[in-house]
Amino acid sequence: MIRGLLYHFGRYILMMGNALARPEKLNMYWRETVRQGYDIGIGSLIIVMLISIFIGAVAAVQFAYQLDGTLVPNYYIGYVVRDLTIIELAPTITCLVLAGKVGSNIAAEIGGMRQKEHIDAMEVMGVNTAAYLITPKVVAALFAIPLLVAVAAFLAVGGGYVASVPTGLVTHAEYVQGLRVFFVPYNVFMMFVKAFVFAFILTSVSCYQGYHVQGGAIELGKASTNAVVVSDILILLSDYIIAILLTT
Amino acid sequence: MIAAKNIYKSFDDNDVLKDINIEFETGRCNLIIGRSGAGKTVLLKILAGLLKPTKGEVWYDDVNFCKLNKFQIREIRMQVGMLFQGSALFDSMSVEDNIRFPLDMFTNKTRKERDDRVNYCLERVNLAGNNKKFPSEISGGMQKRVGIARAIVLNPKYLFCDEPNSGLDPKTSILIDKLIDSITEENHITTIINTHDMNSVMEIGDRINLLSLGNLAWSGNKADVLESNNETLKDFIFASPFLQKLRETALKG
Repeated sequence: MIRGLLYHFGRYILMMGNALARPEKLNMYWRETVRQGYDIGIGSLIIVMLISIFIGAVAAVQFAYQLDGTLVPNYYIGYVVRDLTIIELAPTITCLVLAGKVGSNIAAEIGGMRQKEHIDAMEVMGVNTAAYLITPKVVAALFAIPLLVAVAAFLAVGGGYVASVPTGLVTHAEYVQGLRVFFVPYNVFMMFVKAFVFAFILTSVSCYQGYHVQGGAIELGKASTNAVVVSDILILLSDYIIAILLTT
Repeated sequence: MIAAKNIYKSFDDNDVLKDINIEFETGRCNLIIGRSGAGKTVLLKILAGLLKPTKGEVWYDDVNFCKLNKFQIREIRMQVGMLFQGSALFDSMSVEDNIRFPLDMFTNKTRKERDDRVNYCLERVNLAGNNKKFPSEISGGMQKRVGIARAIVLNPKYLFCDEPNSGLDPKTSILIDKLIDSITEENHITTIINTHDMNSVMEIGDRINLLSLGNLAWSGNKADVLESNNETLKDFIFASPFLQKLRETALKG
């Protein structure tokens, strides 16, 4: 098992080393990066919006339920929703969802190209396929995913408001007060660090799974599933490491 | 000229190619023929640099391809065109964009020069006016021709064709063969075609190499095919009783 892990890690490093080579034609890479940025960013916007609104709403309702009958002031609902989403839920849940949506899509796209000999065709032309197929996706994700995470954090706070103020769990003034108190800008920095790291993990791991597909439709399906599973595990592991590094 | 020297290739314990020595001549259609599983595609991929031989060397004129670093390999590859068995056209791009891709990636030509070259290549394969169609909107034969147009767009010195006739009717197959043959002659390209289509063998077989169970079993040209007494060749080419009879009749004159 350890040998297998080392084998995959070594192959991943070699692939990423090739992916960082100088582009043959910068404008071709730029065009591809913009296309990927649109696919990842705009293409995932609706699902991220929906999920983050509900996450904020559920966080507010659950916390209100736990506060019931305690001496903790009501404005803590806004405060907890804000920090919970900024520090953990917005980057982590968004990226876990994106690993499923974007990651499986990337693995299937590159794997399909491998199977249909598109990658061989590019290799024969002299294209550095690792660079052309991977770098634009990773760069686009490093821009688009932190933006999606920021949108998710904003909407989760909004979702918390919608779920708690109109239903009478907390007043408008209390919720806004909760959002304003104890604000630590460093938490936003931590959110973006997580977003960058998770974005890199989910795209590069998915590219790796797709790039090395061998066989037919079953193997392509497996690669797609592995892209999601491995990305999710690595995202959670790195979440823990970042939490330790940035909070202690 | 491309030369395969003492090429061996194994996958795990399975020896696919054993001591292959072939010289592919410039300006001619060099055919690699053989039954399915004989090692044709593996040899073609080794020659094109997509697979590494277990042992042996591939020479492009006076350059040992196996000794090049990745930058030198890319230099050589810009002189290579390849037509794949399934055409390998990029599905999300139009016919025009497929052909333009190598031009966009490797040349600094103006937009008009690139357009002119794309249109010339499309005309050359008799597909003028199909620029905006997508691969899914054209027939298999047309896809092969687009593949040829893309392969020749950078004026290659070497052209590889992996089963250019697979899945095509005999008439379209001959059309594709003639197209490859005329492009080879016009541009003085070293063309290597991997096929098991007998029409191709008799139509454009300037130089034919028969692979059998990973060995080079026979070499010659289309004129030699009828007269050869090589059992492996006879088994392969005149596989049906009808063709055997035809051969006997032809030999009787």
